[in-house]
Amino acid sequence: MQWGSLNEFLAMGGYGAYVWPSFGATALCMIWEVLLLRRRHAAIRAALHQSAASVEVAS
Amino acid sequence: MSESRATWTKYSSPQAFYPLAGKLIPWFAGLAMICLAAGLYIGFLVAPTDFQQGDSYRIIFVHVPAAWMSMFLYVVMAGWAAVGLGLKARPSFMMAQAIAPTGALFTFLALFTGAFWGKPTWGAWWVWDARLTSELILLFQYAGVMLLHASIDDLRRADRASAVLALVGVVNVPIIYFSVRWWNTLHQGASVSMTAAPKMAATMLSAMGIMALGFWMYSAAVALMRVRCIILERERQASWAQIERGA
Repeated sequence: MQWGSLNEFLAMGGYGAYVWPSFGATALCMIWEVLLLRRRHAAIRAALHQSAASVEVAS
Repeated sequence: MSESRATWTKYSSPQAFYPLAGKLIPWFAGLAMICLAAGLYIGFLVAPTDFQQGDSYRIIFVHVPAAWMSMFLYVVMAGWAAVGLGLKARPSFMMAQAIAPTGALFTFLALFTGAFWGKPTWGAWWVWDARLTSELILLFQYAGVMLLHASIDDLRRADRASAVLALVGVVNVPIIYFSVRWWNTLHQGASVSMTAAPKMAATMLSAMGIMALGFWMYSAAVALMRVRCIILERERQASWAQIERGA
């Protein structure tokens, strides 16, 4: 390992302002996509629950 | 759905595919996390500083895998679209539809991280060279496929129309890939080649390869998550989907 300290690591040899936004945006997009899909799946399952419940009430 | 269908179409039905996709997701997600953790570890803690570019080169550990995935996912999407058109198979169209947003995301990330690499390296966030421009067009192509599908109410027509658009757009993928050879681009040539010795140190190359593998596994997991949503949304009237609500 070449980094002497955490600050040195974060500075990325002076390129921290370019390296971290690149990795940050990538991480954010990937996490965001997974969260959106989980919510979408939960929402459709909830809708199916509701329609099933209304069918039971109607019958 | 009739009982008398041939066996292979029964297995390729949305009903059979839904639980299979559900079983595969944790494996792809687990492998993605292992690969990404290993890739980041090697990329930040093992790989040395580049003697020319300094530490800004580390951006390629996300940039190159994202750019590869943007092209690869387009080909996979078009492949599912072709299968869907050829066999009139609904799950194939659903897979094509499920891949598009993830492909678009990686195209955006390739452009975004490329800008953050270009600024310190070339002194410009953006240049209209052949590689960057054709990759930007790829982003519009993904958007076009998704918008066309969303704009047609009849799902069968939406599937077919967006599949044809996806297929026609495949011509751009080799243009992106070979643009650095065909034109005198500011963007550098391929970092990894099948025929020539690698231009990078082994640790750098392995970090990039493992990150690419991680992005690949991630894409598989996310596409399967999305196709499960699409299946439930489309088949919500079918009785099996009603039963599946508890699963």
